[in-house]
Amino acid sequence: MEVVLSQIFNGLSLGSILLLAALGLAFSFGLMKVINMAHGEFIMVGAYVTYFFQMFLAPAVLGENGAKEGWFFILSIPAAFLITGALGYVLEMTLIRRLYGLPLDTLLATWGIGLMLQQIARSYDSRNVPVTSPDWLSGGLWVSETLSLPYKRLFIIGLVILCIIGIYFYLYRSSQGRRTRAVMQNREIASALGVATRRVDVLTFALGAGLAGIAGSALTLLGQIGPQLGTGYIVDAFMVVVLGGVGSLPGTVIAAFTIGLFNTFLEMSTTATLGKVLVFVLIIAFLQWRPNGLMALRSRT
Amino acid sequence: MVHALRNTLSKHAMWLILLFILAISIVPAVGAQDMEPIKVGILHSLSGTMSISEVTVKDSTLMAIEEINAAGGVMGRMIEPIIEDGASDWPTFAEKAQKLLLEDQVAVVFGCWTSASRKAVKPVFEENNGLLFYPVQYEGLEQSPNIFYTGATTNQQIVPAVEYLLEEGMTKMFLLGSDYVFPRTSNTIIKAQLAASGGETVGEEYVPLGGTEFSTIIEKIRAASPDVIFNTLNGDSNVAFFKQYKDAGFTAETLPTMSVSIAEEEVQAIGVEYLLDHLVAWNYYETVDSPENEAFVAAFQAAYGADRVTSDPMEAGYFGVYLWKAAVEAAGSTEVDAVRAAAGGIEFAAPEGLVTVDGDNQHTFKIVRIGKVREDGLIDTIWSTDGPVKPDPYLCTYEWAAELPKPEEGCPAPASS
Repeated sequence: MEVVLSQIFNGLSLGSILLLAALGLAFSFGLMKVINMAHGEFIMVGAYVTYFFQMFLAPAVLGENGAKEGWFFILSIPAAFLITGALGYVLEMTLIRRLYGLPLDTLLATWGIGLMLQQIARSYDSRNVPVTSPDWLSGGLWVSETLSLPYKRLFIIGLVILCIIGIYFYLYRSSQGRRTRAVMQNREIASALGVATRRVDVLTFALGAGLAGIAGSALTLLGQIGPQLGTGYIVDAFMVVVLGGVGSLPGTVIAAFTIGLFNTFLEMSTTATLGKVLVFVLIIAFLQWRPNGLMALRSRT
Repeated sequence: MVHALRNTLSKHAMWLILLFILAISIVPAVGAQDMEPIKVGILHSLSGTMSISEVTVKDSTLMAIEEINAAGGVMGRMIEPIIEDGASDWPTFAEKAQKLLLEDQVAVVFGCWTSASRKAVKPVFEENNGLLFYPVQYEGLEQSPNIFYTGATTNQQIVPAVEYLLEEGMTKMFLLGSDYVFPRTSNTIIKAQLAASGGETVGEEYVPLGGTEFSTIIEKIRAASPDVIFNTLNGDSNVAFFKQYKDAGFTAETLPTMSVSIAEEEVQAIGVEYLLDHLVAWNYYETVDSPENEAFVAAFQAAYGADRVTSDPMEAGYFGVYLWKAAVEAAGSTEVDAVRAAAGGIEFAAPEGLVTVDGDNQHTFKIVRIGKVREDGLIDTIWSTDGPVKPDPYLCTYEWAAELPKPEEGCPAPASS
């Protein structure tokens, strides 16, 4: 029983990590139909922002143990959001805006941008680097004799819930969000009604990039970070968005937790590699049956 | 008049100087045909998931080359290192090995860490008759005429580590590794050994190289309740595993781990607090008490910073250059066949103790040491063999290993010693 409980927690935890990595893509790919291959690198940039805050700013300001106190870690999350958001803003203004409606060109162009960002990180330091986690996130919450919920994972689940609440209020409770939804549903009519569609495009893309930055900050809690951090998550992120149904944010949320739970339970009964393979097979089979994903607004094609 | 004379004089002087410069530039060029530097390759992952480990081996290999050059080189010739990045990607390793051998025409390559990278470059070295000095412990069951193995084979690391654990009463083992050839082969060997000596394998799990998700595996470990985890994870998966292991409430006291790919450098990267009192098996630690090691550590820290540590693969990378130098000087040539023929029995007083090349299988005799991670991140030796152990890559001398692959030419006849 306890194993099942702890596996449910692990599944939710994996789901929250997947969701965090996919949320930004749900904006750029889901809402805007930009096949953004640089999404993984936005995650990487966010991770490096946290790295700089924790490994350089914190010791410089708070002394040797500054990184363990964690203030700068908390501070680095909005900073990562703003910095990668700004990067997304610049990228949209200079490149993406010229490529709307050309999916193959966007794919290649953003992939190229991704490679460039990786190379910049690699020329700074080609090695993977560790990020010191705050002390109060080490250890776990003991629920019973043998069941402990690691604080880092609880923190990531909390962070993703905060992000979803934020996105909900932005999209469904703000006038900017209403305009965004209008443009995504019908660009011409929205434009005819006086919505500045260019402004909506650039803000939506920047928001997607900023969310990737938050994911990067959170990933520093799990392992080392490096120039290729994003490549490990880009496939998962696309999978979540596609399975959820392109353009559907609730679908993305449900898909992330479904994949997380399936992955941990399949891994429990098989092995790590085989578990992942089975998840892929199941997703492909599901998409054969329902090509539009769990909650479809429009077709993938 | 005086002015004109001075002019002609200075013209003469100029000619003389020109002639002199010409003369000194020609003389060495004529006599230097065989005084040209010897090109050698260094091939390690300087980027990607393995860079956590391999960059340090590159550093110590370079240090050995600089020391040798400062002392007059090899047969009076300087060594010129050419460094290539394998980028933690096995096809890249093969490509760079080909480049070093064919384009740069290097006499020898020092490099590789993962067995997957070694297996990728092995055919390249064999086809082009190149020479590779491989500095890392590995899974054995290999013996290429074009490779010298300066790290431990299984009977110098993994097999004695399992024996040690069994003697300590830890019979139920959980095998955890990265998903590639080294961990899988090692675990095949460990399972055979455990089955023959009364131990028990209670679990066997692999994660992809570079993987960071361990929650389910930790759950499986908890369910299997082993006495010890035998860890063959490589690269920065170790960082993720040990962090999550501690967060899940495990310590060295409640469930110790025995690692064969975590040395001083990795302890620094993972964080001492996660590894305190866990066990490792190697042939060398920075704490080894010998004058050679004192000099090695001092020289390394002088070159790369006082906060740097030294580790087993770094030490093997370091003395590998010296073994190659001794073999070249014994052969009187850098030709691969001549060096190979001369290498058997070559000795070097390495930081870990005396190492000797075994002419039969091109591995080295090494002392085995079991260590425990202490608070400052260095490793204390808690058990060691009396002297260097003869390498036995195919485990020919172990009865339980009869089922494992054996060399094509069969096992060598039992040594008389």
